[in-house]
Amino acid sequence: MKSVLPILTIVGAILLIWVVAVIPMNMHLTADQAQRDGLVVTPATPAERQGYSGLGLSFANPDLIPLTYNLDRPRLPSPHQVAGEMWDTIALRNVTSRQSLVYHGWVTLSSTLVGFVIGTTLGILLAIGIVHNRAMDMSVMPWAIASQTIPILALAPMIIVMMGQFGIQGLLPKAVISAYLSFFPVVVGMVKGLRSPDAMQMDLLRTYYASASQGFWKLRLPASVPYLFASFKIGISAALVGAIVAELPTGARAGFGARMLVGDQYGNPLVTWAALFAAAITAAALVAIFTAMERLTLRRMGMAAA
Amino acid sequence: MTGPALISVLAVWAVGWFINAQLAASRVADTRIVRLLVPVIFGLTFVLIWELLVRMTGVSPIVLPPPSMIAERFANSLPILWADFQQTIIKGAMTGYVIGMICAFAVAILADRSDFLTRGILPVGGFMAALPIVGIAPIFVRWLGSDWQSKAAVVAVMVFFPILVNIVAGLRDTSAMQRDLMRTYGAGYWQTLFKLRLPAAMPFIFNGLKIATTLALIGAIVAEFFGSPTVGMGFRISTSVGRLALDMVWAEIVVAAIAGSTLYGAVAWVEGRVTFWHPSQRK
Amino acid sequence: MTADTVISAQGLNLTFQTNDGPVHALKDVDLDIRKGEFVSFIGPSGCGKTTFLRCIAGLETPTGGTLTVNGMTPDQARRARAYGYVFQAAGLYPWRTIGGNVKLPLEIMGFSKAEQAERVARVLALVDLAGFEKKFPWQLSGGMQQRASIARALAFDADILLMDEPFGALDEIVRDHLNEQLLALWARTEKTIGFVTHSIPEAVYLSTKIVVMSPRPGRITDVIDSPLPKERPLDIRDSKEFIDIAHRVREGLRAGHVDD
Repeated sequence: MKSVLPILTIVGAILLIWVVAVIPMNMHLTADQAQRDGLVVTPATPAERQGYSGLGLSFANPDLIPLTYNLDRPRLPSPHQVAGEMWDTIALRNVTSRQSLVYHGWVTLSSTLVGFVIGTTLGILLAIGIVHNRAMDMSVMPWAIASQTIPILALAPMIIVMMGQFGIQGLLPKAVISAYLSFFPVVVGMVKGLRSPDAMQMDLLRTYYASASQGFWKLRLPASVPYLFASFKIGISAALVGAIVAELPTGARAGFGARMLVGDQYGNPLVTWAALFAAAITAAALVAIFTAMERLTLRRMGMAAA
Repeated sequence: MTGPALISVLAVWAVGWFINAQLAASRVADTRIVRLLVPVIFGLTFVLIWELLVRMTGVSPIVLPPPSMIAERFANSLPILWADFQQTIIKGAMTGYVIGMICAFAVAILADRSDFLTRGILPVGGFMAALPIVGIAPIFVRWLGSDWQSKAAVVAVMVFFPILVNIVAGLRDTSAMQRDLMRTYGAGYWQTLFKLRLPAAMPFIFNGLKIATTLALIGAIVAEFFGSPTVGMGFRISTSVGRLALDMVWAEIVVAAIAGSTLYGAVAWVEGRVTFWHPSQRK
Repeated sequence: MTADTVISAQGLNLTFQTNDGPVHALKDVDLDIRKGEFVSFIGPSGCGKTTFLRCIAGLETPTGGTLTVNGMTPDQARRARAYGYVFQAAGLYPWRTIGGNVKLPLEIMGFSKAEQAERVARVLALVDLAGFEKKFPWQLSGGMQQRASIARALAFDADILLMDEPFGALDEIVRDHLNEQLLALWARTEKTIGFVTHSIPEAVYLSTKIVVMSPRPGRITDVIDSPLPKERPLDIRDSKEFIDIAHRVREGLRAGHVDD
């Protein structure tokens, strides 16, 4: 708990930088608007103002600064505008409405979760195979590790199109992308976890003449639990990124990715920013849920000092 | 699926697997060559089955191009692929990676003198690293234009947090005994930093740098989905997908895979040189 | 080799192939251990004492000679669960309570639930850990953890107990105490014990037979049958007999050194 104050300090500093940055970022737009509204702006014409930096223009027009925080279509929305937009689209809309971020969030989240479940299940199964079969280990493991170094996310648009050609649309193609993004981290993490018992532990089981399945259930599997949760946390964030990116290049009409794209294309930055923050909150919540589950499980297993 | 296709696919699989099972069970299984050969055979088997499946079943090569078609496309499009590579990897990803890394080092060193700040940076940075930061791409494209500068900015932000967290965590990873030893020498802050804490932090720092290579490529490619000049890997992927030229998409993915593993390998190579003393690097 | 011989090694050899060429870990080892003996293996590191114990346990395969345990090959003996093994570290599962750890071999060997509970209670009492059944390993001191691992080795009532430097990581006061307890336990259970150590007083205090070994190649240089009585209070270590045996062990170790 002693890090609460430092964390708040860092978050406060980030917010402060954001709030200050709003002024120069939005000053040109504000000045143009103020001119149209008949206020006195120095210099007087947009062409002349192009020669100024945002900062220089702010110093020339200090009385316009408050206006930079309330533009309809700002370059950089201020924190209260983003918060307001989020309040609007999360709390004040019916959750089934296309205007509701909860609706879009659920679209993204559902394919994330479906994909995550598929990816982690397959990942755990493959890891079990790798640990028990040497040929599988030598054949597959180098590829699983190499897959961590290449941007497999780039496959996303093609998966959507390929599956679309077979008439599969909607949740499933996105789930497939989430699945393969969470699959590899889980394979690598679980293999590490299932191999984490040291030679002495394995020898102990040999002195008992324990079978391979007894070794798996009594030693390897429980020993791998901390690694499993670490992989889950990586996997779920990767799955969410996968689902969002899958919504981008394909003209999806719902989901966080679609909202970001819509806000961008219709010049409505507030929509983009609200979707971005909602996605970040979703990711944080998912990771937090797994962290809590991890803590609970490890404590119940006696692996974490209470 | 037709009968002959099924039989030939199963036959190829059986042969590949038989060779690998024999190699893995043989006495030479632990030699370098076999360790390399087994995954290569697995990969070749996989590619061969892919080729057979597409050719012998009715799958349209438009939907799933066979490897031979991808290889042909790759060979015929080298100038385009090279231009895309330069635009996305060199200008976008690498520039952003270097900027993000420099910023992370600067912030880490600045914050390092205050225990209060590091205790705040670690959880906040770790939290940020888990977020879908790639979503800032449309905003940056709007601010900085559609050329590589906006991609570099996205990459810089994406790689910043994991590198920062690893530097800060690494700098804290010295034992009280090691620090006391430096104190008995009357070493100052900078001496302790350069003689003890930075070298001790290197395994952490390289871990962050390695994670960041993949993030950099993802950022540079995905950011191009939001707007780019008519060159770049992300641009080529999204337009080729639109024209159903999936062989070109696969060719770009091959480039991305080669670039990704090369970058990672390069960082890992430097790591091996710098942290040769660490247990994980010793042979 | 007599009728009550439990472990018998004849011309035992073990060579490891390493990158630096073959290493002769055991060379021409002959040894008979009779039922109920407490045998210590002592020598500098690299003398093959742990390797020999692992051969008896069937964890390593000798490259030459014969080795029988209860008249079987070591591997058959392992499958028959003929011995309990105690490692240098307690190696308790952090996710199991002390009782759960002791129960582990019983579960693997298929004892009934009722018998598991009964045996766990009995062996924990034997090592003075009654009442700690529900604790987790990290809530116990190092000495108590090692006692729990001994209880784990005793739980399935094998006649042989193989111990590989079980007290090596503990401080001297705790070690003295555990040595006393181990002797009492041995007297009560009449097990045959093979005990690897690099402490001369520990070897002399515990053993009825001391096997002195030396390295490169690993071999036996002396076998001392202890004249000390079975009842051994701690202050027996100040007696003339004790000091004489300790001296002979030290001589044996030194002789082994001159050879290389």
